[in-house]
Amino acid sequence: MTDTQYDRAPGDASALPDVEQGTSSGVLVYTIGLALAVVLTAMSFWVANTSLLWAGGVSLGLTVLAIAQMGVHLVFFLHVTTGPDNTNNVMALAFGVLIVVLVVVGSLLIMADLNDNMMPAAELMNLQMQH
Amino acid sequence: MNLLGKLDWSAIPFDQPIIMGASGGVVLAIVSILSWVTLKGYVPYLWREWITSVDHKRIGIMYIILALIMLLRGFADAIMMRAQQAVAAGGAQGYLPPDHFDQIFSAHGTIMIFFMAMPFVIGMMNFVVPLQLGVRDMAFPTLNSVALGLTASGILLTNISLAVGEFAKTGWVAYPPLSELQFSPGVGVDYYLWALQISGVGTLMTGINFVTTILKTRAPGMSYMRMPVFCWTSLAANLLIVAAFPVLTATLAMLLLDRYLGFHFFTIDGQGNAMMYVNLFWVWGHPEVYILVLPAFGIFSEVVSAFSGKPLFGYRSMVAATMSICVLSFIVWLHHFFTMGASANVNGFFGVMTMIIAVPTGVKVFNWLFTMYGGRVRFTVPILWSIGFMVTFVIGGMTGVLMAVPPADFQLHNSLFLIAHFHNVIIGGTVFGLMAGYNYWFPKAFGFKLDERWGRTSFWCWLIGFYLAFMPLYALGLMGMTRRMQHYDVVSWQPWLVVAAVGVVVIFAGIVSQVIQLVVSIRDREQVKVTADPWNGRTLEWATASPPPAWNFAMLPQVTDIDAFAFWKRKQRERTQQAQPTKERKFEPIEIPKNSATGFITAFFAVVTGFALIWHIWWMAGAGAIGVFLTMLAFAFRNEEEIKIPADQIARFELANQAEIAG
Repeated sequence: MTDTQYDRAPGDASALPDVEQGTSSGVLVYTIGLALAVVLTAMSFWVANTSLLWAGGVSLGLTVLAIAQMGVHLVFFLHVTTGPDNTNNVMALAFGVLIVVLVVVGSLLIMADLNDNMMPAAELMNLQMQH
Repeated sequence: MNLLGKLDWSAIPFDQPIIMGASGGVVLAIVSILSWVTLKGYVPYLWREWITSVDHKRIGIMYIILALIMLLRGFADAIMMRAQQAVAAGGAQGYLPPDHFDQIFSAHGTIMIFFMAMPFVIGMMNFVVPLQLGVRDMAFPTLNSVALGLTASGILLTNISLAVGEFAKTGWVAYPPLSELQFSPGVGVDYYLWALQISGVGTLMTGINFVTTILKTRAPGMSYMRMPVFCWTSLAANLLIVAAFPVLTATLAMLLLDRYLGFHFFTIDGQGNAMMYVNLFWVWGHPEVYILVLPAFGIFSEVVSAFSGKPLFGYRSMVAATMSICVLSFIVWLHHFFTMGASANVNGFFGVMTMIIAVPTGVKVFNWLFTMYGGRVRFTVPILWSIGFMVTFVIGGMTGVLMAVPPADFQLHNSLFLIAHFHNVIIGGTVFGLMAGYNYWFPKAFGFKLDERWGRTSFWCWLIGFYLAFMPLYALGLMGMTRRMQHYDVVSWQPWLVVAAVGVVVIFAGIVSQVIQLVVSIRDREQVKVTADPWNGRTLEWATASPPPAWNFAMLPQVTDIDAFAFWKRKQRERTQQAQPTKERKFEPIEIPKNSATGFITAFFAVVTGFALIWHIWWMAGAGAIGVFLTMLAFAFRNEEEIKIPADQIARFELANQAEIAG
């Protein structure tokens, strides 16, 4: 494309020399990725079942592991890198992260706040059940 | 275990004369069209050239035909509602029982948003974007055809609900708990949900396809800041599709789990929370508004600039406004439910954000006005629609900003004021834009112009009809009339509703004029034949023949400026003045994607699956799903992807086409 000669669609033949190409794909990269993903998955099972952690910290721990898992997938399986042929992917990722944060944080805020002007749940239930 | 699930003869409402008459008419029309096509021997042609086509122009035109048909269906619902409300005052009950009236307003909303506006917008983008980018096709041509098929499947399911079973009685938003099994035990909500799920997958495919096409395949030299504004607004709209439609799919999937498998996401018992549905629905719903209106903004930009004979005023600010709307549209959604119990702080934040999003839109309006200022405006049909839009849309925008004030919204929420507001922006923005685009690009698509006189008649009928139909609704909203009323006791509302009904009749005259316009233009097509560039256009779609060949451009254009074609024409004029010989052109064979029945077959199985799931016919649902999977598999293992068009065929076409321009 016009912007840069490295700009290419995922799956297209690469404009990069093989050596550079090797840093973001190839069997070794997939193997490392698989190992990391398995370790993270195993850890999350362990965190969910263990009594070593403070109970309140379990959900936090799981969240951290889940985000790390996403990172592993993006880097090792979807090949999002900082290389010059990746501008579109990185931009798309940034847009996606922005929207997800807006939606998730916004929804949590709204739902937490939503009962401010509401009647108690029992009465609401009553009202609905009158039909 | 019943072989046909819940389906039996009681599903067809034989006791309802209105429904049976309507469905009988539809079935008769379909049967007569199909038999006419078969008898005339057009089936092989249609199959080869249209149904299996993966050409973005053909697919775009088919999208628009779908949209126009559904416009008629949705408009029939509108006429029925207006007629009902015009008579059902005081003790009168009108001619529609509540049960049927509720289905009509739900179907009207669902059809107009999902099956009229969306296919129309997507069809317009399909036809225009690759031509404007100066490329030969979309990034994923067969995916495009599958997306069309899935949209058509959703449309078909919605229309089947007319005769077999019922449609949702919940309004087009289908809020739980009303849409839960407990309160809507019928198949209506299931029709709604599966139709939207299937067409939603198609829309998402379209979004991915367009984002890829615009980001990755542009004519040599077309950097981002040289892209036509319509491509920019399409990019923004498709980014929104990719970001927002999965939210809708997930939300509706949760409701489906509630209804089919006894989950408790949104139920009122078992710790469900119906508010979460409302919240997520509008996380999708507000960006959807901009998905519909941004491409329309792009159309106005092209039309205003072409018919003013000037480059667009403030191209960069237009792009900036478009992209900021793209992001801002994701932080305003709560304004759809100010009254649902949030505190003043949260309501206040979203109220302010809503007012802020009006700013970039205002920037655009001023850009269009300044483009026209000092230009030599040719008052053709597309520019009439554009000017009608500017006036109407500003009024709609103002009432929107008014409702963005939470205390005001507490008065106006779910009143007819709201109905008037969103029709004001959707008709005044999206529909007017699509009509402008339809008149503007029609000669490019078919090689002849639409009749100007009938076009003008239709515009004036639409405009006057719109004001007659919706201005009374603002007044009624302020008087306290709420939406979706099958009958009402306040007799003083009736005169206003009668005026609104008259307005709908005037709009109907506009639609009839459009049909006549089309018929008259097809009849006189030899007299209104056009060459490549009938409007003195500025962008690349006017550089190729009308209608464009399957390969769009014999040679990919070199882009060196914004308004690439206007720039090229200027250069060309200078060159002829200096009497330089034009270069001899040498053509090379072009590869274009091969036709594929994948889209049609996928759509067939999607309809089977959807219908089976609605009626709980599990074996058939499984068979349909396997069918879809096998179709995909067969496509994945295809041997030939492309066919080669020989150079001499291209040369012959170009020669004939240039002779046409000269003559």
